[in-house]
Amino acid sequence: MPDLSINFAGIKSPNPFWLASAPPTNSGYQVMKAFDAGWGGAVWKTLGVPVVNVSSRYGGVNYRDKRLIGFNNIELISDRPLADNLREIEEVKKHFPHHAVIASLMVQSREEWHQIVRDVTNAGADGIELNFGCPHGMCERGMGSAVGQEPDVLRTIVEWVMEVAQIPVIVKLTPNISDITEPARAARLGGADAISLINTIQSIVGVDLDLFAPYPIVDGKGTNGGYCGPAVKPIALNMVKNCAQDPYVQLPISGIGGIENWRDAVEHILLGASSVQVCTAAMHFGFGIIREMTAGLEQYMAEKGFHTIYDMVGKALPNVKHWEELNLKYKVTANIHEDKCIGCQLCYTACEDGAHQAIALREGTRVPEIIEENCVGCNLCSLVCPVENCITMERTDDGTEQLTWKERTLADTIPTTFNDERAGGLHHWVPEPTAALGKEKHKTLPGKARQITNVAPAPHDTVRQP
Amino acid sequence: MAEFFPPASEQEFHANFAQLKPRMNTTEALYESSRCLFCFDAPCIKACPTGIDIPQFIRQINTGNVTGAALTIYEANYFGNACGKVCPTEVLCEGACVYNLQDVKPIEIGRLQSFATRQVIESHKHLFEPGQPNGRKVAIIGAGPAGISCACELRALGYEVDVFEAKSQPSGLTVHGVAPYKITNEEVLAEMDYLQTQFGYRVQYNSPITSRPDLLALEEAYDAVFLGIGLGKTNALLLPGEECENCVGAVEFIEQLRREHHQILVGRKVIVLGGGNTAMDAASESARLGAEDVILAYRRGKDDMGAYDFEYDLAKSVGVKGLFNVSPLEIIGNGRVAGVRFIRTTTVDGQVQAVPGSEFVEDCDMVIKATGQAKQTTFLSLIPGLQLDSKGRIMADTHTYQTTNPQYFASGDALNGGAEVVNAAAEAKVAARSIHAYLSAR
Repeated sequence: MPDLSINFAGIKSPNPFWLASAPPTNSGYQVMKAFDAGWGGAVWKTLGVPVVNVSSRYGGVNYRDKRLIGFNNIELISDRPLADNLREIEEVKKHFPHHAVIASLMVQSREEWHQIVRDVTNAGADGIELNFGCPHGMCERGMGSAVGQEPDVLRTIVEWVMEVAQIPVIVKLTPNISDITEPARAARLGGADAISLINTIQSIVGVDLDLFAPYPIVDGKGTNGGYCGPAVKPIALNMVKNCAQDPYVQLPISGIGGIENWRDAVEHILLGASSVQVCTAAMHFGFGIIREMTAGLEQYMAEKGFHTIYDMVGKALPNVKHWEELNLKYKVTANIHEDKCIGCQLCYTACEDGAHQAIALREGTRVPEIIEENCVGCNLCSLVCPVENCITMERTDDGTEQLTWKERTLADTIPTTFNDERAGGLHHWVPEPTAALGKEKHKTLPGKARQITNVAPAPHDTVRQP
Repeated sequence: MAEFFPPASEQEFHANFAQLKPRMNTTEALYESSRCLFCFDAPCIKACPTGIDIPQFIRQINTGNVTGAALTIYEANYFGNACGKVCPTEVLCEGACVYNLQDVKPIEIGRLQSFATRQVIESHKHLFEPGQPNGRKVAIIGAGPAGISCACELRALGYEVDVFEAKSQPSGLTVHGVAPYKITNEEVLAEMDYLQTQFGYRVQYNSPITSRPDLLALEEAYDAVFLGIGLGKTNALLLPGEECENCVGAVEFIEQLRREHHQILVGRKVIVLGGGNTAMDAASESARLGAEDVILAYRRGKDDMGAYDFEYDLAKSVGVKGLFNVSPLEIIGNGRVAGVRFIRTTTVDGQVQAVPGSEFVEDCDMVIKATGQAKQTTFLSLIPGLQLDSKGRIMADTHTYQTTNPQYFASGDALNGGAEVVNAAAEAKVAARSIHAYLSAR
């Protein structure tokens, strides 16, 4: 039985799943309910300067019939009285002494920081998270992402906190910055014990086509909000990796961004996170999702032979390289398994219009055929194919050769002029531009209604409204 | 034991004849449209006789452009809503869906189609209007799927169009001959109103064209005449006892059913003679009207039936029993049906042969003959120069549907011998374009 417990920079938790600082951790009631359901920790909704919220706070991004693949909010930090929050933290800790309660904080002056750090420590919090990430509402007042975007300011505030902190301090970073490692390094220099990332991404999730206003709409107007949910995971994973690989950061990382199931959590962990935080998924599906997350993580660890979380933290990092270190001699070619093909021809049209014209149609069958000499091994066909394992990418080099751009640069064999013989696409076949004209128009503009124009011209009097 | 009690009210009738393809709500349409793969050169389009750009309209539904979806449908097929409900989609668009090859449920194209079209019908969305008047007139005989489709297309091309209909309602078999669980009268007629309001053709109801003088008047007053006359009455079997009161033709039975709903009476034990789709309908309908036993008697084996498998499955699902390799010899009864005398048959080299000495009587109190409809050869013989093939079908150019009398064009059952609504709609659109080409070149 794998051991899911963690000791994250001194903060102990029965499992690596924490609720992120957000609406699900707004009250002791919610945090207790979450712990009761199986969550290992909770980062309390940010305590700090007094705020007033608007009504109409969230906006969603749907994809076809799937709701909330992206989510944004314009809510601010906790608007509940500090005293109420402190009392509830104390109460939660009494009931759950072995669970992690981390207080997220956001204030302005050195004195305020000192005071609030002491307050939450006295209330029994196991750790502190400094909210340097909120990208709306608070940054305009010089807090949140305004701090996260200025490494020097960030470092100064971390130093203020560390002057009085008796419990571990996590710095939460904003992704609204070009190089995430800069604030991460500043956090380290300031003496922080750990970092967490990413906070939400500045965003507009949609525009109402009738009201001409961005979502969420507040009395006919809107503003940019913080973007999160499944759609942001790729951005988060990359930033987690950047921090985990940086030799000047070297801090435990709490991974945040798009985590809604065990797989997402494992990905964060393999790229260097040793705890993970979840918000949107809990807001969408409730605390009950923790059952699937812990069960899945446990199963994965058992199958892989990992005894503790630390057996897998950062396990993918050695395989994440710079582009220039990838093997240019490696070659894959698409292979369509005819017996599985259902004839949708999405691979054909994707390759034809979106890639390298390396798939052909044959008379008498709807199963397309790979033109191997044109296939650059881009994966596109295998990505659009709706059938599991119908298009596989097969290795076609013999695996003995290894040559990277870096090595070619050192050997001085890289292409250097615009029409250089050594460039990649020079001898790759592409059709003549005019071969595109009229090609397969009967297929791309289908319908017998159009075809029978051969008999007589179509009436042109339809009222084309939509 | 019957599965249905005889319906005693309109409400009970609708319960027994609940729609096989009920209307989708917006959420269901979103879910279903989300599944469409948007195939390249999609097989569903090719399987549709009217060639509706199905992936396009499904994508339009998915993006909230339901009106645009309806336009895509109607541009290809003026019976867009009716076809969504009554088409044998299992063997057409949905049968061609690539999901079938993956053992995944095909997209419910028919229901999505009706989802879009009903929305524009009910909101009276204006999608079409007549073309600039070109000064020419066309007479259309028959307000069925062929006639109405031709009328719409001709109006869009600027023709003045008069439709002459023998009955009191438009849409032909769509309202008179389709099983009530496939589409309701109200739904059919709403689409007819929707089309007529936009295209503005004139329909003269209760105006059968039956005589040479009737035809002559049309030939003189109109530039072209379109024949969308369909088929005639059920073929007579020429069996003793066929004149019994409870021995009825399937087409006539279904027409009465559609008109009178629960007020129609059905026997306690019904024998349906035939193995085509109409036989399946009549058998299913008898069961849903509360008949205790319904027997489908066919002179060949089960696999030789002309009906689609799904239609036979549907009949079986409401308790209909098959009686195969039997041929009726006599309808027994004294004024009212009391049974059918059958002889068993065997099929040798494709020929049905009676098995001597195998006669037997199957009791029943109603017989429905679903043994095909007669061609309207007597009427068609009144048209000078109009040739029919050996089966009594109108002969016409296969590309233009112009008959051997150049003033006459034809589509639908009278031309193809009896097919689906969608075939009539497809042919009539081509015929209308051909009329336009013919008259424009004159």
